[in-house]
Amino acid sequence: MPIKIVVTSVLVDDQEKALRFYRDILGFELKHDIPMGHHRWLTLTSPGDSDGVELLLEPDEHPAAKPWKTALVADGIPATSFGVEDVHAEHARLSALGVAFTQPPVHLGPVTTAVFDDSCGNLIQIAQRH
Amino acid sequence: MDFDRLFRALADPTRRRMLDELAERDGQTLFELHVRLISWHGASLSRQALSKHLQVLEEAGLLRTEWRWRSKHHFLERSPLRQMWDVWMRPLAEPPEKERADADQDRRDERAGR
Repeated sequence: MPIKIVVTSVLVDDQEKALRFYRDILGFELKHDIPMGHHRWLTLTSPGDSDGVELLLEPDEHPAAKPWKTALVADGIPATSFGVEDVHAEHARLSALGVAFTQPPVHLGPVTTAVFDDSCGNLIQIAQRH
Repeated sequence: MDFDRLFRALADPTRRRMLDELAERDGQTLFELHVRLISWHGASLSRQALSKHLQVLEEAGLLRTEWRWRSKHHFLERSPLRQMWDVWMRPLAEPPEKERADADQDRRDERAGR
């Protein structure tokens, strides 16, 4: 049995706000919401794929987390990347919901990508393969 | 205007390519510019090297940066290029009609041994 990717994470400044963004705006589905001290073990999956890889919304409490996130955002570097079928359609849909993009859809070789602000201290890339 | 600085900034193919990329889409972050250059340039360009190139271009007045929310975006400044053209390049490349006519006459005289 090979090692599998089961959970990946983004560091968020507020789990409740992040849940609203990642579930209600991006459209992911809640998988686990387990209280853990001050925080929650909060994971989501892609819509229609509840057995798929989980995204953990992890608190950015560590003192090094915020300077790191701030530096990435300053240079426009996304914390992670998600796949979409149609970047232009997602750009239009998310923009209409008030999501701010640092990079509109740009065609670069085998992919078209766009980058937006997740409102929790990260930039997120969406990519469409051609 | 500091022509030496301007020509030094333009004397590097990567920096010229960066200006081309900004002309194609103005207001890019370091990340976008880096991805674009890598797809042109191959993986050899580090982000640190790119930062240095950006600094050279900014000091030459060829780009300016602007913070939008918490991200820094880079914009092409075309005015130094226009000034360089107006002040130095155009007079060389396109001399006024009379001077050009005189120069042509001089060359004809020369050939005729006058």
